[in-house]
Amino acid sequence: MAASPAYGEEKGGSSSLGEPEYGHDPASGGIFSSDYKRHDDLKEMLDSNKDSLKLEAMKRIVAMIARGKNASDLFPAVVKNVACKNIEDPNQLIRASALRVLSSIRVPIIVPIMMLAIKEAASDMSPYVRKTAAHAIPKLYSLDSDQKDQLIEVIEKLLADKTTLVAGSVVMAFEEVCPERIDLIHKNYRKLCNLLIDVEEWGQVVIINMLTRYARTQFLSPNQNESLLEESAEKAFYGSEEEDTKDAKAEAASLAKRKPYVMDPDHRLLLRNTKPLLQSRNAAVVMAVAQLYFHLAPKAEVGVIAKALVRLLRSHSEVQYVVLQNVATMSIKRRGMFEPYLKSFYIRSTDPTQIKILKLEVLTNLANETNISTILREFQTYIRSMDKDFVAATIQAIGRCATNIGKVRDTCLNGLVQLLSNRDELVVAESVVVIKKLLQMQPAQHSEIIKHMAKLTDNIQVPMARASILWLIGEYCEHVPKIAPDVLRKMAKSFTNEEDIVKLQVINLAAKLYLTNSKQSKLLTQYVLNLAKYDQNYDIRDRARFIRQLIVPTEKSGALNKYAKKLFLAQKPAPILESSFKDRDHFQLGSLSHLLNAKAVGYQELPDWPDEAPDPSVRNVEVPEWTKCTSREKRKEKVEKPFYSDSEGESGPTESADSEPESASEESGSSSSSGSSSSGSEEEEEEEEEEEGSGEQSEDKEEEEEKRTKRKEKEGSRKATSSEEASASESSSSGSDSGSEAEAKQRKVPPSSKAGPKEISLLDLDDFTPPPPQPVPSSSIVSTSLVTDLEGLMLTDTSLAPALLSPAFGAVRTYELLHRMAGEGLSVEYCFSRRPFPGDPHMVAVQIQISNNTDAEVKSLRVSEPKPLSGMRIQEFPEIERLAPGDTASVVMGIDFCDSTQAANFQLCTHTRHFYVSIQPPVGELMAPIFMSENEFKKEQGKLMGMSEITEKLTLPEKCRSDHTIVQQVTSAANVGRVPCGADNEYRFAAKTVTSGSLVLITLERREGTAAQLTVNSEKMVIGTMLVKDIVQALVQ
Amino acid sequence: MIHSLFLINASGDIFLEKHWKSVVSRSVCDYFFEAQERASEAENVPPVIPTPHHYLLSVYRHKIFFVAVIQSEVPPLFVIEFLHRVVDTFQDYFGSTNVGDQLPTGQLSVVPWRRTGVKYTNNEAYFDVIEEIDAIIDKSGSTITAEIQGVIDACVKLTGMPDLTLSFMNPRLLDDVSFHPCVRFKRWESERILSFIPPDGNFRLLSYHVSAQNLVAIPVYVKHNISFRDNSSLGRFEITVGPKQTMGKTVEGVMVTSQMPKGVLNMTLTPSQGTHIFDPVTKLLSWDVGKINPQKLPSLKGSVSLQAGTSKPDENPTINLQFKIQQLAISGLKVNRLDMYGEKYKPFKGIKYMTKAGKFQVRT
Repeated sequence: MAASPAYGEEKGGSSSLGEPEYGHDPASGGIFSSDYKRHDDLKEMLDSNKDSLKLEAMKRIVAMIARGKNASDLFPAVVKNVACKNIEDPNQLIRASALRVLSSIRVPIIVPIMMLAIKEAASDMSPYVRKTAAHAIPKLYSLDSDQKDQLIEVIEKLLADKTTLVAGSVVMAFEEVCPERIDLIHKNYRKLCNLLIDVEEWGQVVIINMLTRYARTQFLSPNQNESLLEESAEKAFYGSEEEDTKDAKAEAASLAKRKPYVMDPDHRLLLRNTKPLLQSRNAAVVMAVAQLYFHLAPKAEVGVIAKALVRLLRSHSEVQYVVLQNVATMSIKRRGMFEPYLKSFYIRSTDPTQIKILKLEVLTNLANETNISTILREFQTYIRSMDKDFVAATIQAIGRCATNIGKVRDTCLNGLVQLLSNRDELVVAESVVVIKKLLQMQPAQHSEIIKHMAKLTDNIQVPMARASILWLIGEYCEHVPKIAPDVLRKMAKSFTNEEDIVKLQVINLAAKLYLTNSKQSKLLTQYVLNLAKYDQNYDIRDRARFIRQLIVPTEKSGALNKYAKKLFLAQKPAPILESSFKDRDHFQLGSLSHLLNAKAVGYQELPDWPDEAPDPSVRNVEVPEWTKCTSREKRKEKVEKPFYSDSEGESGPTESADSEPESASEESGSSSSSGSSSSGSEEEEEEEEEEEGSGEQSEDKEEEEEKRTKRKEKEGSRKATSSEEASASESSSSGSDSGSEAEAKQRKVPPSSKAGPKEISLLDLDDFTPPPPQPVPSSSIVSTSLVTDLEGLMLTDTSLAPALLSPAFGAVRTYELLHRMAGEGLSVEYCFSRRPFPGDPHMVAVQIQISNNTDAEVKSLRVSEPKPLSGMRIQEFPEIERLAPGDTASVVMGIDFCDSTQAANFQLCTHTRHFYVSIQPPVGELMAPIFMSENEFKKEQGKLMGMSEITEKLTLPEKCRSDHTIVQQVTSAANVGRVPCGADNEYRFAAKTVTSGSLVLITLERREGTAAQLTVNSEKMVIGTMLVKDIVQALVQ
Repeated sequence: MIHSLFLINASGDIFLEKHWKSVVSRSVCDYFFEAQERASEAENVPPVIPTPHHYLLSVYRHKIFFVAVIQSEVPPLFVIEFLHRVVDTFQDYFGSTNVGDQLPTGQLSVVPWRRTGVKYTNNEAYFDVIEEIDAIIDKSGSTITAEIQGVIDACVKLTGMPDLTLSFMNPRLLDDVSFHPCVRFKRWESERILSFIPPDGNFRLLSYHVSAQNLVAIPVYVKHNISFRDNSSLGRFEITVGPKQTMGKTVEGVMVTSQMPKGVLNMTLTPSQGTHIFDPVTKLLSWDVGKINPQKLPSLKGSVSLQAGTSKPDENPTINLQFKIQQLAISGLKVNRLDMYGEKYKPFKGIKYMTKAGKFQVRT
């Protein structure tokens, strides 16, 4: 190595205290080239792979910098060899900070290194490092925009990332670098919607804003049809929505051709998943959701945002300022939305003026015929405020109310006229200006007011007000023929001392009077014009000259003179007083541009809805059927093939890098169930499941220790069944906390104990299949445990459904429908699965288990000729085409028992035989549990006293004294849900009857010793009585 | 998004600046100073000021302006909310005792708001239910608008990863809520139970608004007689504060403030209790009343001297009221129970209620 002696020497130099070499000024220290060479040495030291050499080089460089030398040409070498090293550190935090440091260096020369580092980090194992990579993208882009194409590739890759950590940051990068590449979003749209709630708050804002734009390009307007229907009604009420009407008419033509509007499910998904974020503590998130709803939701749904926006008015005044600006814009378009919150916009004397004025704007926008009197009363107190700017704004607001609502025009005008005698000149001046505008609408009726105002010229000094009065008198001089010339006389006297705007109006007044009443005002006019001719202001001189030529007939003034009167005294349209926030909603709400009412740098236009929706299938995501762990080479290959590249994104590098074990196994789970080809929707379901899974974790903790092990077991097979899970219909979404205890207990029964002669076919499983009551042969252990697990999963997974809860049952009791003997080898049993019957909430789901004990195949098993009693309805199960000997099938049928315990009779047919059978429900099965708080329970119980209350005393047997057994016995006797109870010795349960939804409330109170009292409150007395009997029997048996 | 940040103190000095991209000259703040001059009062400085090349977004807290320089479109609330969080963090960092604890450490955690490995010898969780009454009372004493806003502030010092649930006796009272990100939204939606893994230390768990249908109990009333006469330099001033619907609790920490009209020169007043100050420059009267004794109602009486020769002020001052009632949530909200899962030890739990005046204003 040629360089080695050189640096050895230098090392000596630097270690000596003097540092002679670097102490010199380059100019005096020798020729420039030696300096250059020296840096070359340092570069080589940096390039070497010994840490000690690098350290030494760094020391020297730092020393150079400290002495004020320019070391910048060493910069790339330092970056390359020192900063970059940390990029490969085993600690993710260090990798991330190295990248952050690197990307913060704003020197063009390191662009290639930065690019490389970003690419590397984008496929890092750690989501945190990937997030940092996303952060670095905009930085690099601002440094060198030529890297755009490469950066877009990285963005595309990161967009496919499935972690919440990365989502916000990469969308931010997307917005900065390539907001126009909306096509990159398609495949990630559903995922982003589903991840949204778990993304950190700042990321949520960015994603929501981006998705708003996206939705505007991909979906149809949800209001296109409505606007036509609403048009007439809305118009009748307000008549101010001309804009809408026009739109509607324009659309009406094309509407005929159009299909009826059906919202794209993806559009709905976005609305549904953003709504909870209105509850965010972050004002920016709430605003983002609000603008999304304003721009994307059907009219009827936009209302939900009002409450949240009103809440933000409690925040800091800067937040209020921004929110009120947006509310002002919204309240013009959708007044009804904020009307219920009118009082929240009332003004306090302590509000800052800018807030007061914005609130006033909103109040004015909200004014209509019904609330105007309240609003005006409120305005009256505002006028007496000490804050004069605010008073002026209030007067303007009154003027606007007067123009918009004809009913109160006279009231307002009178009020304003009274203000003319106000002591404060500013108030008077503002009133004059507003009155002038109002009078223009109907001058004839108001000559009195004009006279009154004419008198004010003696006192009022505010130029704008004086000018307004003069204009009014001139314009309507025929209404005040006597006063007008006198006013002109006074003004002529004071002309030289007036402000410019007043002078101009004096000239105007003179001209108009000259034309209408030249006898009295000819000389005055001449005088005024002469004064004006020598005024200092050229505008005034100009005006005077122009007017003289126009009105005073001379030989030279020709044609125009004849028209002077028409020119000056033409009918002028009344000014329209409208909000400065009108039509501001063409800017995306919540944006800087909207606030400033001007396009800010980098503003992305909110696109108009398309006329035809683009192909929705672009958002479908292929579920990869091949294993997820593809090698890099393989991936590169795939890029060429568009078909695979889709799914590549989904389970590509980021996925495998994912540190969460869950998603990985889930993925493999769905690949094992390759039969299902329903793509896209499945993906979505999985995502949701993941979300619920996290909620579930918390619940699990509520269960006792022992269940934790069970859970693991459950999770294991849960993965395996994720595809069945995905196809589960919504009706499975019921479950409860209270159920978890019992259900966990049930799960404890080891599946292997269920050994028996019959086998269940997996294909027959539907989602409502409970564990088969019959024992199964050991050969099918896997499948049965799968069934149990599947069921357990449903209970817990969906425990967040409201109101109707899943049963808190003990062991499911089975009843015989057809004995083996009577059925000639066919045995049928049934049980009440206690699940809501899909499709009809008023039906009780009955699980039927049919076993073929014959040695021949049974064909076309079905229900026929149901003979229900009046009102009773039966929903047969789908026909079972064939049942092999020794096989068992399980089906569900729904029966509406009309809240009675009368038996449902029907025939069970096979291809050869008919069997008459009947199902009689125990009273406890005619209900479904509901959730109630203790207070609600008490309240409802209070309503169900007297006849509706049935009480029975009982003695609890020894074995039935623990809390656990009592709850279990009651819940097994009846399908009820436990209600929380403060007292130790009381147990409460609640349910609703399935058909009529009547409440059934059960209270069991333990007295001293073994005594107890059972109370049932229900308006269905028969049910109540029978239920008491059943429960007592269950407890004392 | 934020290009640079300037901190400007009350006397208009830029005492701190920070630049994230390139350095933006301080002179950009001149636009801000101009706006400040125009606004006369600090609170009236527009939060968003456009300049030829930048946009200035500012918040005003603790007599300091935090001015962020922006170069391109960004939701203004995004920046404003962020600046407020920055100030909150400063406040936590410089203002409170446990400095080190507050810095974020959870970047990598599944629960980003909680650091891992928290350990305490005394495990305790305190929750303060604090309700504020916002009201405008008109001249005659009738309520124009009144609403209750509440928060639950928590101080949780628990070891490990505790998972808490908090349920209410009457959750239906809560009309509109906003949560700390730790709260599981779905659980609230379906069961009206707050289920969460808490951050360590102090945090705001929940803010809520009590549904508008419930009539709001107004715990105090103010009797007032404020009159200025024409052609007289003296006016009369008399106010009495008394308890109204207090559910048997004591009203304390009562403070009355009122902005007098410009024409008022001085006030000669005698309070039956507490102390009062009238600032002749700002024309602000404040009376620190203390506790209200229902047997002997506090009052403040006396005369107002007005500028001679000018006509009487048009407006009557509004009276702003502050008060506190311990052990009462005026809406009737009650916590039912608090449970902890996920950890074995038994924590000490405490719940405190308090009602305060929010923006409570009496027009005269």
